Amino acid sequence: MKKQWIIISTFIALVGLYFAGSYVYQNADHSLKDEKTVALIRPHAFVLGNPNAKTTIVEFFDPACETCRNFYPFVKNIMKQHPDKIKLVLRYAPFHKDSSVVVAMLEAARLQGKYLETLGVIYKYQDKWASHHTPNIGLIWAFLPEAGVDIEKIKEDMKKPEIEALIAQDIADVKTLGVKATPEFFVNGKPLLKFGYKELQALIESEL
Amino acid sequence: MTPSSSQQTWLILFASWLIAMISTLGSLFFSEVMLFPPCVMCWYQRICMYPLVLIFLIALFSNDKNVFKYAMPLVFIGLFFALYHNLLSWGILPESAAPCTQGVSCTSEYINWFGFISIQFLSLSAFALLFILLLCLKRKDTK
Repeated sequence: MKKQWIIISTFIALVGLYFAGSYVYQNADHSLKDEKTVALIRPHAFVLGNPNAKTTIVEFFDPACETCRNFYPFVKNIMKQHPDKIKLVLRYAPFHKDSSVVVAMLEAARLQGKYLETLGVIYKYQDKWASHHTPNIGLIWAFLPEAGVDIEKIKEDMKKPEIEALIAQDIADVKTLGVKATPEFFVNGKPLLKFGYKELQALIESEL
Repeated sequence: MTPSSSQQTWLILFASWLIAMISTLGSLFFSEVMLFPPCVMCWYQRICMYPLVLIFLIALFSNDKNVFKYAMPLVFIGLFFALYHNLLSWGILPESAAPCTQGVSCTSEYINWFGFISIQFLSLSAFALLFILLLCLKRKDTK
């Protein structure tokens, strides 16, 4: 009957459209457009590795996020495998409750030149102060001496308006760039489309 | 020449199947190809929409007017969730009232076409159209 052919051909057309669409989407250029690249890297952001490297990884992270902690050594390891070829720009996406307080701590420690040490300690004890996705900021203070920072000074510096402005800028950029989850990676302006260790490694290697 | 009653039924069923088919493939495209994580509300609406593809397809092959009975409960529940979801994203209902505080937020905006078309709006339109089509089918039947 004619009607059955209409149904079958419609079905085939729609399913075909789906697969053609996914092929086009996957092969399209997803690099950020001009107006968004400004939001990707700000001069205030902390940079790891060779600042003149050709390959730039931008990572948006939340200090209370477990996956961010797990990816941190992974990314550092990739950087070690390609010394001087990669720079890592650290940006904040404080999605958890009170995460921006932890970010302020980090930035205050940066003023003492102890940024990475403090980040290391915060990640190392993350399961202690942020177990089950409920960060308890008060607990962090007990671990911070391990980073060799002046805690009284951190408490003072955390209130600085520069730090507040920096966090506000990062949160605004998170919105502009459409970052929905942490960690979010951009390699030379290209977002990591499918999340995963292997996918991130492949994206970085394709940009080396 | 006006189409015969059975032809009208067929057209309504075909339109309904087409809407269910486009909604299903579209939502799969968003989650599987564009990799947008679906929130809880989205899943409830998917549960109602996906079976409709098969229900309308079977009804279409036998030109079955009784599909109203089987399809309407799914369409109605889907419409309810879609309406609720849109009220959340329009800010009419507070998000704290929604059962999706964990995982993906139900008010995240992944697409915004022409300033008002979001994914939840597409879902609401689809369920509303199906609702209207099924009512037409029912009215035609009782006439």
